[in-house]
Amino acid sequence: MEREQIETVAHLARLELQEAEIPVYQASLTSILAFVGELDRAQTEGVAPMAHPLAGLTQRLRPDVVSERDNHERYQANAPQAEAGLYLVPKVIE
Amino acid sequence: MSIHRSTLVELAKGLRGGEFSSVELTRLLLERISVHQPQLNALVSVTQDGAFAQAAAADREIAAGRAGPLTGLPIVHKDLFCTEGVRTSCGSRMLDNFVAPYDATVVARLKAAGTVMLGKSNMDEFAMGSSNENSFYGPVRNPWDVRLVPGGSSGGSAAAVAARLVPAATGTDTGGSIRQPAALCGVTGIKPTYGRVSRYGMIAFASSLDQGGVISRSAADAALVLRAMAGFDARDSTSVERPVPDYVASLEQPVRGLKIGLLKEFFEKGLDAENERRVREALAVFEKLGATLKEVSLPNIALSVPAYYVVAPAECSSNLARYDGVRYGHRCKDPRDLMDLYKRTRGEGFGAEVKRRIMTGTYVLSAGYYDAYYLKAQKVRQLITSDFERAFEQVDVIMGPTTPTPAFEIGAKTADPITMYLNDIYTIGANLAGLPAMSVPCGFVGALPVGLQIIGPHFAEERLLNAAHLYQRETDWHVRIPPGYE
Repeated sequence: MEREQIETVAHLARLELQEAEIPVYQASLTSILAFVGELDRAQTEGVAPMAHPLAGLTQRLRPDVVSERDNHERYQANAPQAEAGLYLVPKVIE
Repeated sequence: MSIHRSTLVELAKGLRGGEFSSVELTRLLLERISVHQPQLNALVSVTQDGAFAQAAAADREIAAGRAGPLTGLPIVHKDLFCTEGVRTSCGSRMLDNFVAPYDATVVARLKAAGTVMLGKSNMDEFAMGSSNENSFYGPVRNPWDVRLVPGGSSGGSAAAVAARLVPAATGTDTGGSIRQPAALCGVTGIKPTYGRVSRYGMIAFASSLDQGGVISRSAADAALVLRAMAGFDARDSTSVERPVPDYVASLEQPVRGLKIGLLKEFFEKGLDAENERRVREALAVFEKLGATLKEVSLPNIALSVPAYYVVAPAECSSNLARYDGVRYGHRCKDPRDLMDLYKRTRGEGFGAEVKRRIMTGTYVLSAGYYDAYYLKAQKVRQLITSDFERAFEQVDVIMGPTTPTPAFEIGAKTADPITMYLNDIYTIGANLAGLPAMSVPCGFVGALPVGLQIIGPHFAEERLLNAAHLYQRETDWHVRIPPGYE
């Protein structure tokens, strides 16, 4: 992994890295990718990818009716900044 | 009084027989916690007021003759389960200020069953780790030797149960996070089948692998707790609609004729020689009980750790995208704009290992790499699962070591992530295939406990608990207490 690749991945993941962290992640992601590269050894032709451990389990659906109560005040008690029932963030549109 | 050494089964008898009250039991254990917590750091919160209120309510139920099997019994929840009105940090600075507005289904069910929550246990941040060194609240120490790690990520739960601070605790297991710390702390742990226990209110790490379970001092206690927490939950879309068997009722079934698969690959290179001897001695106990041993092979199991370190980080990078500094959790100071808010919040809020996994996951899911890594890993996951299916056509359970070695020193494996990841070499396969698996204390290497792992086919928890219970009737490894915690 090049330094630029780490910076790109960190940007995609919305993570600000300190200067000192970059070489550390460069080294460890390089070794992790080399390690998971062992997967290339496996013969997977014709094997269906497995997304979920319980074969045959299908997504359950429920009737389209209101099932939850409005608890926004309770939930917003954890918000860093909220006002009048709204979450506040820095101005997005000038 | 030595009731801190008692199992849940014994405590339940004592409570119903009026030998002591739940309030007395709660007070005694909270005192033990205050004595040993500074050294072990097993808990991140002690919920004293709530515990006394729950204990008093339990005593009233007992007096009124309305006690259930768990009424008045103390428990600790891993700090990954949401607990209404109680800080739920997941071991992270990101959630250091997060007070859960609702209970996880596991917590709600155990509360309804009358358990008394003493606190929340320390853990690797977002359950990412095998040594409990990745917690924002500092490492947990192993009661068998405080210079050593307790294992992770449910290290606080395992250390608290081993040190006799609490008879049982909840845990979660994504790649071995119940079984590995149970083995390294000399206690019993069960990771149920994927879908058996509701994940609602369990803070997500890797959703196709995460499963809640129990850490306790005996298989009989694990059966008691699992029976109360398992079962269908409409709030978890991967919860399985299937009745929960009475795990307690089936504990005493004879294991005569049980076909045990000895996993060939688990006894090859990497396994500590003494550790291997302890496991083979445990297998001899099962033979004495009338079980038969047969070697089985999982040809693709060597690829389980690489497959896991694609699938788990991929799911983690997606799950942890929710921590944006807007709705709850940490927010950086004075953000310049929204992008700055996201990046600095996440850069400050997450620890080093969590960031490493988010970046690994982001990379393997990014355009151009998805097929080579993620799709390939999902195919290998299928190969490993098919290997297990073939093995279970020949045997009833698979047994082997839980870990390659006993506990290691704090700091010994932090420099190289791969060395740390390989601690879970024997446990990850069960998560990839969604299988139930246990770790049971099976002896010591030097002064340190090691575990026997028992893996079963889907929904065979009954069989695992039964086998573990009969083994524990023949052995006393599970009642050994770390020196200084008698």
